[in-house]
Amino acid sequence: MSTLIIAEHDGQHLNEQLARAITAAQHWKQPVDVLIAGAQPDDLASQIAALQGVNSVLVASDAALQHPTAEHLTDIIVPLAANYNVVLAAHSAFSKNVLPRVAALLDVNMLSDVLEILDRNTYVRGIYAGNVLATVHNQDATQVLTVRGSKFAAAPSGATAEIKAIATPAAPQGSRWVSEAFNKSERPALTAAKVVVSGGRALGSADAFAQVIAPLADKLHAAIGASRAAVDAGYAPNDLQVGQTGVVVAPELYIAVGISGAIQHAYGMKDSKVVVAINQDPEAQIFKIADYGLVADLFEVVPQLTAAL
Amino acid sequence: MKALIAIKRVVDYNIQVRVKADGSNVDIDGVKMGINPFDENAIEEAIRLKEKGIVSEIVAVTIGGAANQDILRHALAMGADRAMLIETQETLHSLGVAKVLKAVVEREQPNLILLGKQAIDDDAGQTGQMLAALLKLPQATYASQITIEGNQATVVREIDGGTQTLAVSLPAVITADLRLNEPRYVKLPNLMMARKKPLENVPLDSLNISLSHNVQQLKVATPPARPAGVMVKDVNELLSKLRTHEGILG
Repeated sequence: MSTLIIAEHDGQHLNEQLARAITAAQHWKQPVDVLIAGAQPDDLASQIAALQGVNSVLVASDAALQHPTAEHLTDIIVPLAANYNVVLAAHSAFSKNVLPRVAALLDVNMLSDVLEILDRNTYVRGIYAGNVLATVHNQDATQVLTVRGSKFAAAPSGATAEIKAIATPAAPQGSRWVSEAFNKSERPALTAAKVVVSGGRALGSADAFAQVIAPLADKLHAAIGASRAAVDAGYAPNDLQVGQTGVVVAPELYIAVGISGAIQHAYGMKDSKVVVAINQDPEAQIFKIADYGLVADLFEVVPQLTAAL
Repeated sequence: MKALIAIKRVVDYNIQVRVKADGSNVDIDGVKMGINPFDENAIEEAIRLKEKGIVSEIVAVTIGGAANQDILRHALAMGADRAMLIETQETLHSLGVAKVLKAVVEREQPNLILLGKQAIDDDAGQTGQMLAALLKLPQATYASQITIEGNQATVVREIDGGTQTLAVSLPAVITADLRLNEPRYVKLPNLMMARKKPLENVPLDSLNISLSHNVQQLKVATPPARPAGVMVKDVNELLSKLRTHEGILG
């Protein structure tokens, strides 16, 4: 049997988490095929074919797949799944929208955000906002799962897998893409950045958030993150939220500025290699997970830090 | 139109759960329980749609033991019209929950099915999508804005890096993000009134659903704690630690 990975892309770029999902898939020691569905996916298909560990790339190409719905993707994946005993993707808003729908139609369970693959059907995943690790066994004939990219190394390129076109069913009725709005940024993507600078409620305003956090992030070529409190207060856009209900990051360096470190936030960053916390409150929870803590007024020390770099 | 809201009773989101000494499960004996926060967003949205005259009846449903009646009363006190407890002592995973909810949807024939985007205990985030699949209905997950006109819902969804807008025809399954709304507080008189609203107990066995038990939790553990960190006195010491001890920042 083989493993099927669902590739995520935005039409121009592959999501770099795909290369990590390919590494995760090697645990089954069986051929790994990657499905890419899009309006003009040929260039991206070639990029996938170059990733080591890929057996073949399945290409579903159709103008209607410019902005595919979960329903359309499900209609493509479910018939293919008969040939596979593992269907997986990197955990993201995209895959967690699509794969449960696929699993239900295959009448199998799904495991979300798997941290570790122990054997062919036993996994470790976080529950209760990552405060507990559960070891879970799934006896279903088809294993459907999403994996946390940061737990797996990215597969290198340099290979040449076979590329095959596959038939594409017509887009189902009932659901239609209308529009998308992305927060444009020159910064690295939050989930891929080596350094993340995150701001919390203590910044006090959107202006202060931008004036204090952005220059430091610029110096460090870092992505900017935010706590839920900062997002809810309107200091930063939603998609910068790090935590249980936002994104999970594991950069080499995570700098938490004015963040208390509630369990929901810690969930999203506690696997970072080095955590630095800057907070005025010496009792803040964030100091319990920080490697280096500085109790100080962020409005003084963050500009100092920026200047010293 | 009729709205069906599926809700779950979970450990209160402020509580850090502990693992039982034998590692068999988390210890939730005597721990404060409440309605899953995302499900509260789903109820609030249904109530707002009713206040706009779009929704005419709100039915709240949950699955579990008798203790789950408390979250149904909470939903009724917020503004749901009636509630249904699908009674079972079994622990169901997302697929099982979706199968049970499918039977409820077939019985109730709602136009709008609202759930939270994930439960904060199992963090699976699957039930809404699975339910939509089983019912062969459109789905709109992680909704931060819902606009209904006729039999069409326009839903703004939170996605990585921004938002996406979908148009789905009703009936559809929509899952609520935290940003969808600010759930209202329950006032005491409403809590009193909620006691008089209908709450039906339906034994799971009476729904004739075959549930598989293919997923088993073998054990649970506390994640390894990060080693204790050090406090630095100023920016220079911080930079020196990062550079010399960690070898980062050049």
